Amino acid sequence: MSPRATDYASSAGIESLLSAKEIVIACGSGGVGKTTTVATAAAMAAVHLEGRVLALTVDPARRLANALGLQQVGNTETRVDKQAFADAGVTARGELWVAMLDTKASWDELVREHAPDRRTADAILANPLYRNITAKFVHSHDYIAMERLHDIHSSGRYDLIVVDTPPTRNAIDFLDAPSRMADFFSSRLLRWLIAPYRSRLLTVASKPFYSVADRVLGAQFLQDIADFFILFQTMYDGFVERAKAVTRTLQDDRTSFLVVTTLDPDPVREAEFFIAELRRRQYHLGAVVFNRVLPAYLRDRDARVAAERLRDEADDLAVSMKIGERDRAAFADVLREIAESFLGYRALATRQAEQLAEFGSASEVTLLVPALEEGVTSIADIVELGQRLW
Amino acid sequence: MLDRRLLFVTGKGGVGKTSVAAALALVGAAQGKRTLLCENDAKGDLARAFETGPLEYKPRELLPNLSAMTMDTEQSLKEYLRELRIPLVGRIGPIARVFDFVAHAAPGVREILTVGKLAFEVRENHYDLVVVDSPATGHVVGQLASPEAIREVVHVGVVRSQVQWILEMLQDPATTGAVIVTTPEEMPVNETIELIERLDVEAHVGLAAVVVNQLLPELFTSREEALFDRLRKPAMTKRLTQLAGPGAPAVLDAASLAITRRRSRVEHVERLLQAIPDGVEPLFVPFVFARRRGVRSLRQLADAISAELGVEP
Repeated sequence: MSPRATDYASSAGIESLLSAKEIVIACGSGGVGKTTTVATAAAMAAVHLEGRVLALTVDPARRLANALGLQQVGNTETRVDKQAFADAGVTARGELWVAMLDTKASWDELVREHAPDRRTADAILANPLYRNITAKFVHSHDYIAMERLHDIHSSGRYDLIVVDTPPTRNAIDFLDAPSRMADFFSSRLLRWLIAPYRSRLLTVASKPFYSVADRVLGAQFLQDIADFFILFQTMYDGFVERAKAVTRTLQDDRTSFLVVTTLDPDPVREAEFFIAELRRRQYHLGAVVFNRVLPAYLRDRDARVAAERLRDEADDLAVSMKIGERDRAAFADVLREIAESFLGYRALATRQAEQLAEFGSASEVTLLVPALEEGVTSIADIVELGQRLW
Repeated sequence: MLDRRLLFVTGKGGVGKTSVAAALALVGAAQGKRTLLCENDAKGDLARAFETGPLEYKPRELLPNLSAMTMDTEQSLKEYLRELRIPLVGRIGPIARVFDFVAHAAPGVREILTVGKLAFEVRENHYDLVVVDSPATGHVVGQLASPEAIREVVHVGVVRSQVQWILEMLQDPATTGAVIVTTPEEMPVNETIELIERLDVEAHVGLAAVVVNQLLPELFTSREEALFDRLRKPAMTKRLTQLAGPGAPAVLDAASLAITRRRSRVEHVERLLQAIPDGVEPLFVPFVFARRRGVRSLRQLADAISAELGVEP
């Protein structure tokens, strides 16, 4: 059963946003359908607008690939076959491309680009600390994601880039990552740490730190850290410059944010938190997308009255419906079951409506997206969903 | 599962990971185990689940046998340095700056300070059971594999030897286990299957249980379903509407919605069951239509888990 279109009328479409902006970044807590939203927005932009659209996911999990029905999405940008749209019954005016961030490969690329010479680049790439930081740790995704977004955007290859992000608290890190990276490279602490390994001379001020650090971490580790940062310093200017450029990209009026949430209490709280953070940074909030909204008929008063009647008068109704004696008891059970089921879902739908009312109007554009029972597993599903939003 | 001492509860966002962690701690405490429940970030979801004020780093007793804390890696570092009897803490400048440096230079430090603190509580026998509301599926491997990553870069020193015992504890399946929470939906199940593999290969942490949360009830028996199909025929629907009022068709629509929802979930459960290794029992937890989350729905969840584990609630 398809949800009724009128249940999900939105205050304004997402079309003007997608046609006016060059970068649209989706954020929200995990499990709210962010990736699906990104895929849908990008696919619909490709269908309705001319030009090249890229859906970029920076999430470590391989979700976009699943939603787009693609087996392999790597750091390389892959075009979604026009035929996939034709199979879904639509003609795409533009092109849809997808890419998933490969953190390790992106870091390596960045080092090669910014290192003064090949020897330095190789030394950095071989440093054990570098390998661990870039390959294993979560937070390195944040910076490299922004960096790559900036890189792709400034290449001018795409008219629109729609970006998926890690869950909210991380997405905040992700907004701050470029400036944090710049701060870090300029920090006194870092220079302080590297200095003795350069001069091999401990100052009175730094001695206590080193005696502690030596005992706790071992001299070799400190040496690795120092080597790493001495090498990294060769890329200092390039990095700081880049980090600043990335921050400017986020603030640019060609960039907008989509806050994605469901109507459950925790994701809503996160969405509110995120909207406040966007405001504080004066970033552009393009739309709030509410996913998995239950159909409005569940809150219908007549429906509740009917359900209560089915529950309370099931046996009488089975008689009045002229159900044969053999099936009568089972029929009454069916009426009670569907009544209870309705009342359960009604409670959920009512709670959703309360959440929505409490949320208020944070954005001019609010989109309500129906709960999809079959899941989104192909371009056809994405197009179907998108047509309800467009 | 509850024979283990250290349980890391994870799952894709939105599947009820925090609630399941809280309910598992309730079940442990009801078994008479001195239980510590730890939230990994300061979001406050755990405090809300227990309808209590904000949690702090220092564990607070919420119920008999059940204490809860929130992780704060800076405090954990201070505690660790005190434990090592590093005398100069006061004189090496603001600890926050040092911490900031260490956390940025080797980001695994943040993770190890979390895992290390919890492992420490187990080793020192402060608690019989430690339940951790861990990061979501995408990030939990980074946390659980952090001791190994640290060991690769730190070759000598106190940290190295510290990491060694933490590793041994994490990789001992009798002591430590991961609990993956999922809902019977496509993406959560995909991530669960992927994580089962990665836990084994990258973190070497045993899988203690898979909790299938929010299972929807089967609405009908097959005989009842045939009757429902009859009811959906126009003539019957019309008659029911005359008897029960104009809202009757919407009630039937809602029943169809409930049936579709359940059906689309069944295949994901089947796919998941195939991927769960032998010896790991899935725990099935029904969807709770309760009006608000809080202690009451937490108890319902704990009862459901107790029933699945075959222990007294």
